[in-house]
Amino acid sequence: MNRRKFLKKSVLFGSAFWLPRLLPASESIPQDGKSKVVIARDRQVFKNGRVNGDRVLALLDEAMQAYFNVDVPLRAWRKIVHPGEVIGIKVNCLSGRGSTHRELAEAVVERLLQAGIRANDIIIWDRLNKDLEEAGFHININGKGPRVFGNDAVGFAPELYVFGQAGSLLTRTLTNLCDGVINIGLLRDHSIAGVSISLKNLFGAIHNPNKYHLNAGDPYIADVNAFLPIRRKVRFTIVDALEAQYHGGPAYMPPWRWKFNGLIIGQDRVAIDYTGWQIIETKRKEAGMKSLKEEGREPTYIFTASDKKHGLGYSNPEWIETIHIRSG
Amino acid sequence: MIEKFSTIDQWPDKQKQGMKRRTFLKLASAACVVAGMPVLNLPSGSLALGATGSDNRYVRKARYWESKAHKQIQCKLCPRHCVIDDHERGYCGVRENRGGTYYTLVYARPVTYHMDPIEKKPLFHFYPGSMAFSIATAGCNLNCKFCQNWEISQVTPEQVNSFYMPPEKIARAAKDYGAKSIAYTYNEPTIFYEYMYDTAIAGHKEEVKSVVITAAYIEKEPIQKLCAVVDAIKVDLKAFSEQYYKDVVHGELKPVLEAVEAIHNRGRWLEIVYLVVPTLNDGEKEIKQLSRWIKRNLGPDVPIHFTRFFPQYLLKNLPPTPVETLDRCKAIADAEGLHYVYVGNVPGHPAENTYCPRCGNVLVERIGFTVKAMKIKNGRCPYCGTRIPGVW
Repeated sequence: MNRRKFLKKSVLFGSAFWLPRLLPASESIPQDGKSKVVIARDRQVFKNGRVNGDRVLALLDEAMQAYFNVDVPLRAWRKIVHPGEVIGIKVNCLSGRGSTHRELAEAVVERLLQAGIRANDIIIWDRLNKDLEEAGFHININGKGPRVFGNDAVGFAPELYVFGQAGSLLTRTLTNLCDGVINIGLLRDHSIAGVSISLKNLFGAIHNPNKYHLNAGDPYIADVNAFLPIRRKVRFTIVDALEAQYHGGPAYMPPWRWKFNGLIIGQDRVAIDYTGWQIIETKRKEAGMKSLKEEGREPTYIFTASDKKHGLGYSNPEWIETIHIRSG
Repeated sequence: MIEKFSTIDQWPDKQKQGMKRRTFLKLASAACVVAGMPVLNLPSGSLALGATGSDNRYVRKARYWESKAHKQIQCKLCPRHCVIDDHERGYCGVRENRGGTYYTLVYARPVTYHMDPIEKKPLFHFYPGSMAFSIATAGCNLNCKFCQNWEISQVTPEQVNSFYMPPEKIARAAKDYGAKSIAYTYNEPTIFYEYMYDTAIAGHKEEVKSVVITAAYIEKEPIQKLCAVVDAIKVDLKAFSEQYYKDVVHGELKPVLEAVEAIHNRGRWLEIVYLVVPTLNDGEKEIKQLSRWIKRNLGPDVPIHFTRFFPQYLLKNLPPTPVETLDRCKAIADAEGLHYVYVGNVPGHPAENTYCPRCGNVLVERIGFTVKAMKIKNGRCPYCGTRIPGVW
């Protein structure tokens, strides 16, 4: 049987299952069109319980082509990166077995190489070397090929970045080494912040994330994402939703994980977080669980991130265009 | 240029032989007075990197926590009561859940040690003119926007160079260098509770006292237990308003006041510092309420220091506290009947001195951190015989 694929465009109005919060009065109406989010799924990304790297690469290609409306993946990647640049891939390895799948990172590396980025100019990074190793990555600080290391290998630049309530040092990987960053988040809930998808993944760039979980991370998550180097250098987000978690996060909690078999991609991290949040709420409802708001951890930081002061993206579903891709 | 020290054991042999103790103390004191900052052995231009990594010498089972479902733990050391997943840390960044057991990561892991005059803490009624062997680790359970030591308080242990200095070594070093006390200071010692507690015990074995410099954002039971092994506590009372604690300090006032009362009720020598931040906590009403609370709940003999703020960290948009504002705070506290009201961070200010509350004579004359004259005899004013509370 040939692999069937179909494209379905849909626009999220009223977020089908959960009523959206009233918009912040300060949120501005987009001038340049809607934010696009692509949700690409393939039931065959897992084979015998393991991730099929070839299918992940194929799924990534479909998603990127759909997002940028091109026929060849290379054309999509050339819109994000340019030969000669140093590109960081921010993975999320906090949760051991629930971390970014190595196969997805490898797929991104493969496409970056094709787009003209030298192997040694690709840096897979996260907070700590040990976290990367526990997630199956091999540390490579100065060797050949793509480099892999934590913030603890390079330290933090001395400049204190301040925005709103947040003041942090940033990893030198971001400030000194990378021209651009591909942000690979995860699709999961968070026991304090509500969800931890793409915006919160950038907590891995700062030296003091522990200080920014008060009030469900609001406004801190938004403030951190507004730091200039993060705002300027994070070019694209790919959410690893091959597996997802709807409760108990960020720790790896098997009873509350399910195979979403997908990737969620886009340039607007706020729109991605809003979209991912709705997916998690849907799953929670299916499982008979309370909403995040009912549990006192509604991810209000998403709305803060979209307000005029931050201007990081759109949280209003009327301004988010979602493209669904189903393969296999 | 601040002299950089490594551990005592790592002091180069050549310098060890050539340097007498008096010279070492002079250098250390000069460094302290000039900068008042802990020494950080940093590579230039960045925070230190994984120098001590996951060295298990520093890991000890923590105190004050309880188990929850799914290997979570809940910390009970400070009022945050962080609920922490496996592999995660709480707000302070130095205590970690490993497989459902909670550990401190900073036991015997100071990032700095200095010999400081006790007046620098400040403790004005505790062996004036003596020296305190001062230590700190990484971490803090608050995030004050004006923190002058944020480069150690707002980091994790992996982000800054540290030393291996078990309690007995600290106690021995303090004794060897002639310190009257060991001071747990610079960052918030609540978060290195286990280390502090054991070091205080080790210090007493060497006949060295212990003083704690704390924001007192700590639960009642641990502070009560701590009072049994330390000799004096100076509390940084940030403000007398919950809103300030929420917005500027990211803490709460109520549990701090409860901890202060607990310290007082346990009979530990107590002094209070109130950092006066222009426009934020310098209102007349607030100072009056603070002064009345102290007099009613602690008594008029607990010293309070109104200290001058200088722009720091995340509060660089405000000017230094006008001296007139400090004078006004002192006048309010004096009028409310507090006996020992000081002005801090204004070297040469007459309110640095200790005066007899009865006859008004100068009993301890100070300029900055230096005691020029100490006239208290047997704990009493030599002029009128009034008992002067403190540890002399």
